[in-house]
Amino acid sequence: MTQSVLVIGARSDIGIAAARAFAAKGYAVQLAARNASSTLIENATDLQVRYRSAVTLHDVDALDLASHEGFVAGLPVLPDVVVCAVGYMGEQKRNEVSLDEMSTVLRSNFEGPASLFTILANKMVARGSGALVGISSVAGERGRAANYVYGSAKAGFTAFLSGLRNRLAKDKTGVHVVTVLPGFVYTQMTQGMDLPAKLTAKPEEVGAAIVKAVEKGRDVVYVRPIWQGIMLAIRNIPEFKFKTMSI
Amino acid sequence: MKLSGWGRYPTADCAVQRPRDTQAVEQALAAAEGALIARGNGRAYGDSALNPASTLDMRGLDRILAFDDASGQVVAEAGVMLADLIDLFLPRGWFPAVTPGTKFVTIGGAIASDVHGKNHHKDGSFGMFVDWIDLLGPDGQVRRASRTEEADLFAWTVGGMGLTGVILRAALRLAPVESGWIRQTMTPAPDLATAMALFEQAQDATYSVGWIDCLATGKDTGRSLVMLGEHAIHAELGVRAHADRWAQAHKRAKTVPLDFPGFALNGLSVRAFNTLYYANGKRQAGEALIDYDSYFYPLDAILEWNRIYGRKGFAQFQCVLPLEASQAGLTALLNQIARSGQGSFLAVLKRMGAQSSRFSFPMEGYTLALDFPMRRSTPALFAELERIAIDHGGRFYLAKDSQLTPERLRQSDPRTAAFTAMRDDSGAANRFQSLQSERLGL
Repeated sequence: MTQSVLVIGARSDIGIAAARAFAAKGYAVQLAARNASSTLIENATDLQVRYRSAVTLHDVDALDLASHEGFVAGLPVLPDVVVCAVGYMGEQKRNEVSLDEMSTVLRSNFEGPASLFTILANKMVARGSGALVGISSVAGERGRAANYVYGSAKAGFTAFLSGLRNRLAKDKTGVHVVTVLPGFVYTQMTQGMDLPAKLTAKPEEVGAAIVKAVEKGRDVVYVRPIWQGIMLAIRNIPEFKFKTMSI
Repeated sequence: MKLSGWGRYPTADCAVQRPRDTQAVEQALAAAEGALIARGNGRAYGDSALNPASTLDMRGLDRILAFDDASGQVVAEAGVMLADLIDLFLPRGWFPAVTPGTKFVTIGGAIASDVHGKNHHKDGSFGMFVDWIDLLGPDGQVRRASRTEEADLFAWTVGGMGLTGVILRAALRLAPVESGWIRQTMTPAPDLATAMALFEQAQDATYSVGWIDCLATGKDTGRSLVMLGEHAIHAELGVRAHADRWAQAHKRAKTVPLDFPGFALNGLSVRAFNTLYYANGKRQAGEALIDYDSYFYPLDAILEWNRIYGRKGFAQFQCVLPLEASQAGLTALLNQIARSGQGSFLAVLKRMGAQSSRFSFPMEGYTLALDFPMRRSTPALFAELERIAIDHGGRFYLAKDSQLTPERLRQSDPRTAAFTAMRDDSGAANRFQSLQSERLGL
């Protein structure tokens, strides 16, 4: 039987790459994003032309919690795999002064994805199978002056994924949770930044890493392994020292 | 961000935007105060795709919008790479009708440079297989240009170096093939005259290309390995190839791990290498069945091979000489290169077929391409080589160029005046500029 993947945040570079990577493996693809049905038509065509995939488009707003039950109920099938690539960084300087902006960042990266995963996880548990892939961030491993609003939301999402994984594994539900920590990626979000090439992944690498993590049942994945060491080092800097640093 | 072409010379600090759809490109043009340039995968060697004020990284427009299994026509956005088309459509029996020596070029870049391949003598350049182009013009309007509508715009855009507008998407025809394998015939040629005679006898071969030893002197001047190729039909595949009809067996690409120091490629090491390479080629002369990747893209297997020339980068010299002047011109060029002692291992000789385009590089004759590491003496050497090519009626490939001057361009290519007039008339001159177009006064 054809397996299916739901990509939430399908307009993002990582969402597009994940959709392509699963489509290449023969998955039917559900692309979900705000106004997907009017704005992602060419992305759907691309998957159909490239991989002869069956593609459907679904409108979802991660911030509109009340709509989430209806969104999931409206999917043609409960997917085998869900990838949540929803994310919004905002601008740190604005996040520091505008409570609205801060709230949007917190809710986009944490509350919205957590809400969607709660609904999807419970349905997958009822079915007895499935994989939930959350795209979190190394920014969530330690709060830094440069992006702590975004980072703290991702920290929340990482903890949520870890706890959900624990709950679903402990009870042998058959549902697996993957946390993906991409590190730097060449995307819309990072365009114009001078990123170090060795630390920066292409979206395709992230897509491939997601498929592999699902196939191999991995729990936490750093797309470029070098990030594991970097974050270990950053986590271990004593706070009295860390607070004075600009990194 | 710091950008360069494939030759890593020159580099420039460029403001880069990465649009992902037509709207975003339109907005970028509307917002640009002056001019901008579209950039593909950065495989042009020099400064064709650099604009410090505004460079558009078009790789974000990478959707494939249609494929016709009957005709082989594919419609795709400008940032789709040939590598993507091969990965997707070779297993369905289709291959790019024209491919340059790297598959890591975007469709937009291939059209703008009107690239050619080993089949130029027979099939012409990339543009011959483009059915239409959607182009964002200087007035902010998107026009569909083809041989029948907006035919002038189409003709200028193919080979127009991105200076007529931003190529957004295009329809191009792939060629049907029966396998992913090439029947290669390699023939050593002890000198230039023999190499040229081999090319002349091989007019019917689908593919032909020569590796030329640019440091050989005296009676060995121009010694070459001439390689002809045909797409293998299904019945010609041996057991191994039969089991892997589309040559999909995984090959791991190697990456040059660091910049080579400048002394790694000196005249002596290249001369020794070339001698060994030629001797080895002589031993391996004859027929072989080779997968498409090794045949068309040997250098793609070594990612970032441009780093072997060190941090200062390199410049590639590529000219084409008219047929009747080819032997004399090539001899003069090879003598000059051997005298300089600077030529590199990577030198290519190729017979080109007739082509009449508004501004594309190819014409009937012979093209010679080779790399030189950037040194203080390099500009002077290029000036001498360009002078020889001009004296023999030759012209230069802008996709490779970083060294030409406005004067030498105009001496080599009388079409330049019409190109700049077209740019002035359409308003493109004010909206689309690269460091190359500024350097050359285009």
